[in-house]
Amino acid sequence: MTKAELVEKVANQINLTKKQTEVVVNTVFSSITDSLAEGKKVELRGFGSFRIRQRNARVGRNPKSGQKVDVPSKKVPFFKAGKELRELVDENIAEQENQES
Amino acid sequence: MIFIFFGEIILNKADSNGTLVKADIVDLVYEKVGFTRQEAAQAVDILFEEIKNRLAQGENVRISRFASFILRKKNARNARNPKTGESIRISPRTVLTFKPSKQLLASTNQETHEDTSNS
Repeated sequence: MTKAELVEKVANQINLTKKQTEVVVNTVFSSITDSLAEGKKVELRGFGSFRIRQRNARVGRNPKSGQKVDVPSKKVPFFKAGKELRELVDENIAEQENQES
Repeated sequence: MIFIFFGEIILNKADSNGTLVKADIVDLVYEKVGFTRQEAAQAVDILFEEIKNRLAQGENVRISRFASFILRKKNARNARNPKTGESIRISPRTVLTFKPSKQLLASTNQETHEDTSNS
């Protein structure tokens, strides 16, 4: 599913235009982005949590030439699915496969 | 951090405990779009429910400029209980992985550019 489909699905379920829904969706994801950029955690009950993991600078190698490359430290956003979502994803798929066989 | 909406300066509520929670997101939506708080809360709930439903149906969800939620199948494997040393079989399962977009990675690394500048 893409963001456009998500906007459409959400708009269909509430009394909002697609334009309004798009603003909602963009606001939600930019608020998460902004918090992570400030180094803050994001916790959403029943869904999961987002946090930043610091990756240290290291010396990597170009796999083709074998040359050393400095890889700078970076902050990587990390998502941990909540228990509910983790189970939902696993159980439902297991069920579908059992029905097929 | 300070956010500016409609010319009004407000402090982000999340500053108090350092964590952004759903209520904070609802407030931001409420301030930005101008429907009732209840409608804003409903819209945010439906949004995450919809993402959950899609993932539960085995469909990947890609939010452009933010990230992708990708389902991965893991085969059954043998492992050990680290406490007892007992050998156990881990059943095949589906796990959810998260791949941040280039834009998201860029926003979390804004201040670290100086690290790369020295040669």
